[in-house]
Order: sequence, then C-alpha cells, then structure tokens
Amino acid sequence: MKKAIIELTDVNFRYEQRIVLEHINFTVKDGEFWALIGPNGSGKSTLINIILGLLKPEQGSVKLFGEDLEHFHHRELIGYVSQKSNSFNSGFPATVLEVVRSGLTRKKGLFKRFTKKDREQAMKALEIVQMDDFAEQNIGELSGGQQQRVFIARALAGEPKLLVMDEPTVGIDQQNVASFYSMLNRLNGEHGIAILLVTHEIDLVTELATHVACLNRSMHFHGVQSDYQKIDHQSISKWYGHPVRRLHQDEGEVAE
Amino acid sequence: MIDALFTYEFLQNAFLSGIIIGFIAPLLGLFIVVRRLALIADALSHVALAGIAGSLYLSQQVLFFSALNPVYFGIGTAVGGSLLIERLRTVYKHYEELAIPVILSAGIGIGAIFISLSQGFSADLMGYLFGSVSAVSRQDLFVVMVIALIVVAFIYFFYKELFILSFDAEYSKVSGVYSRFIQLSFMVITALVIGASMRIVGILLVSSLMTVPVAAAMQIAKSFKGAMLYSILIGEMAVVIGLVSAFYLDIAPGGTIVVTSIVLLLMILGWKKVRSARQVLLKEEEVV
Ligand SMILES: Nc1ncnc2c1ncn2[C@@H]1O[C@H](COP(=O)(O)OP(=O)(O)OP(=O)(O)O)[C@@H](O)[C@H]1O
Ligand SMILES: [Mg+2]
Repeated sequence: MKKAIIELTDVNFRYEQRIVLEHINFTVKDGEFWALIGPNGSGKSTLINIILGLLKPEQGSVKLFGEDLEHFHHRELIGYVSQKSNSFNSGFPATVLEVVRSGLTRKKGLFKRFTKKDREQAMKALEIVQMDDFAEQNIGELSGGQQQRVFIARALAGEPKLLVMDEPTVGIDQQNVASFYSMLNRLNGEHGIAILLVTHEIDLVTELATHVACLNRSMHFHGVQSDYQKIDHQSISKWYGHPVRRLHQDEGEVAE
Repeated sequence: MIDALFTYEFLQNAFLSGIIIGFIAPLLGLFIVVRRLALIADALSHVALAGIAGSLYLSQQVLFFSALNPVYFGIGTAVGGSLLIERLRTVYKHYEELAIPVILSAGIGIGAIFISLSQGFSADLMGYLFGSVSAVSRQDLFVVMVIALIVVAFIYFFYKELFILSFDAEYSKVSGVYSRFIQLSFMVITALVIGASMRIVGILLVSSLMTVPVAAAMQIAKSFKGAMLYSILIGEMAVVIGLVSAFYLDIAPGGTIVVTSIVLLLMILGWKKVRSARQVLLKEEEVV
C-alpha cells in the first residue's frame, strides 16, 4: 500500500466569523499528482496554509508523512511555491543563485555553511526551470514570470518528496507554462515526487494530474482523474458557481 | 595625527572602537534594513538613552552607581527593550506598528525626565548623545571587542538562516528554518550593537550608522554578499574620515561620521545617475 503523505481528517477553519472550510477530509499518497481546483475565495490557499502549518485548524487533525503536524520535523521533504511569491521587497540585494540556494537551508542543517556542491545543486534546479543563464542576476531585475520560475527552482533545489504549489504559473507565458507542466509531469512520473497543485487552469491540469480535488468551502469531489472526467458539466458548474469549460467533452459548448 | 595616535591612549581607544563598529554596525544593519526593522533600531537606541540618563542621574545620587560604567546600564536597558519589543510583536500582532513608536517615546520620555532632574552632566551627556573622541575608555573598548566577537560569530554561524528569514519569512516557516531562538537572538544582538556603537557615534546617530551605509551599498550591489561587503567598506570609510575630521575640527564624531556616510550615499546616487544618462546617450548615438 502506498503511504499517505498528507492526511486531513474532518478539518474546519474560519477567519473570525467567516467559515472558510467545512469538514474537509483529504488524503494525498506517495507518488500522486493532485490538482486542487475551485473558484476565487473557495479556501484553496487557506487549505494549503493549514497543510503547511501556517494556519491552525479550528477542528480536525492534520498529518504529514504519517506524523501529527506538531511533531513533524522533516520539513526538508516539502517544497513550496506560494501564491504571492513575488511580493518580496524588490530592492532586496540577492542574486538568483543566492535565492535558489536558500532553498537548501533546512536540508543543510544548523551551523553548516554552503559548499560548492550546494551551488551545483542550485544550478541544477535553475536548469530545470531554464533560468540558469540568470544565476548571477539580481532577483529584483527579473520580470514577474522569471521570478516565479526562480521560486519554483528554490522549491525544487532540496529535492523534496512533496511539492506544494499555489498557482505557480501566474504571470508565466504560455510556452513556459507548457514546459513547466511537462516538467511537473516528469518530476511526478520519473522521480515519483508527490504534487499538490492549486490552479485555475482547469482544463490543462485535470488532464495532467492523476487526481482532482474540487473545493468550495467543502470538498465537492476528490478522486482519480478519470472519475472527474465522468462528472457531468452541470454539476461542476453548480459548485463552481459559474459555468466551467472542459476540454474534449465540452468542445463547442463553451460558456463565458 | 599618527604621532598623536601613538601618544594618547584615548585616541587609540576611539580609533580601534571606531574601526570595530564601522564593521559590525553596517554588517548587522544590512539585515535590519532588508527586514525593514530600521525603526526598531531607532527605538532601542532611545531606550538606551533612558538607561544612560538614568545611570548618570543615579550616579549623582547613589554611591554605587558612580562606580558603574553607564555604558553597561545603557546596554542593559537596550537588551531589555529588545526583549520587550519582541514580546509585544508576537503577543499583539495587530499592534506591531504601534508597539515600536510607544517604546521609542517611552525611551525619550524617561530619558528627558532624568536629564532634567539632574543638573551638571551636560558635557558627559553630549558625549553619549552625539559621540566623543576623548571619552572612550579601555574598558569601553574592551566591551566593544567582546560585542563584536558575539555579533560576528552569530552572523557567521546563522548566515543561511538569517538570509532566508530576511528574504522570505513565510518560506522560512514552511521550510522549518524559522526559530524563536534566532529571532530573539537577532533582537538582542541589535541591542548589543547599539550599545557598542553609542560611545563613538552617539545614541541619536547609532541607527544612522546601521542604515545609511547599507542604503548606499544597496545602490551598487547585485548580490547579498556584495551588499555586505560594500556596506562594511562604506561604513569604515565614514568612520575613519569622520573620526579624523572630528579630532581636527574638535566636533562630535557622531555628526561627522553620519554626514560623511550621507555624502558617500549622495556620491553613489550621483554616479549612478551620470552612468545611466551616459548609457542613454550612447544608445542614442548608436541609433543615429
Ligand atoms: N487573512 C484573512 N482574513 C480574513 N479572511 C480571509 C483571509 N484570507 C482569506 N480570507 C477569506 O477566506 C476565504 C478563502 O480564501 P482563500 O485565499 O483560501 O481562497 P482561494 O481559494 O485561495 O482563492 P483564490 O483563487 O482567489 O486564490 C475568502 O473568502 C477570503 O475572503
Ligand atoms: Mg488562493
């Protein structure tokens, strides 16, 4: 049996009065590629923050790699790209390489200094996102999309077992989005890295992912991709709140 | 000058202390600036003012305090203030922006009370406010050296943790790097650097020595390591030029040091402007 990497049981969450997540049960297992979809404000980022331990659930349990979140200390196993990565101070004096290498901090451990090998590791991660030519550039001088690719490299640098990404392709051009997704496919298929990806590019990603989770305050669907494809158009649109277009089956009846 | 440096112990003390703080103040200042904590440095130095003024006042009243170096008292209150700020920042997250000005005001307020209570330490006090070339004792120099060792060791051993904390605090939490220990130590170390620097540049100008060289360095540095190097270089230049001119012109070194660092900043800004204008010109010529 495959090991559960993320395990949420009956999780509730609210910001002050506003209930954002209700009775969420959600499990990601070793080697799976999950697409987490849902309209704006449906609680996707909140759920991600709970999984990563940035927010505490009001109720319910969160386990990572089989351990309760409070007792989970192997954070080097997780690579993370946040939704608002490029909100950092743009005057920050750091090169692309310095930023990517900082993704190795936890893995190195306290009191160890970065070596040449760490530099090579960071360069390798930059090659994956095709940003190695920019290694010595100042991070603030890159475009938003280029910065986002650097943050993806930072998440990949430590060779994590689980990649959690909140809309990582925002601001990245179409060609690079395509190569980014094929890279994710490779990381998942060849290296067996589990992926949890929040996205609004539904038609693209539901084709690529092995599993799909549909969130809108509660979990409306979660399961393998082939089952998701069988759900009819109307019921998806109903919980999504507005008509949703899907590739293949729905061609021709595109709404909005 | 060189002769005087060999002859007078006080000059040696002042120059050695100056060179040391010209190194550690901008070094730590870089982390303070990129983390946008400059106001905290300011607040802590004003808390040190309360400690110094209190100690000077008590030394007139109580025999015990007349034997105690006010610098210790200033450092002590600054460290206490740093712990208090850190506590307020974590407990009252929403009032974080308020906590710092309140502490800063408390520092000045208490300082002002002690200053007006006691008459006749104005010369001493001037030295603490704006720095002094003549008042640095061997003991002060020794304190500065010990603090410098602590600061350099801290930054050397926690460089990668401090970098990620400064660049992206959220990511440092997710990746399990963030620790209360490092955050708390950082605040205490800031207080220590302020304590070490106040004899030379003065309480009111400590935070300038931590921020102005960094502001200049960030204009020219591409990398974090580079910014660190330039900050220290500019800091040292300001301290050396400032101390020498303070000695010859017989004015407070805090003023000359900070004004020198601002002149250096302006020169760098000017140079950048000229360079980019020239680049535009070159491009235009190419087009023609
Ligand atoms: N810090 C906060 N304080 C109060 N309410 C919040 C906060 N962050 C989010 N919310 C609310 O919680 C709900 C869920 O937000 P969340 O960011 O999780 O949505 P999302 O699914 O990630 O949306 P998007 O697709 O726009 O990224 C929203 O209604 C939002 O208004
Ligand atoms: Mg979101």
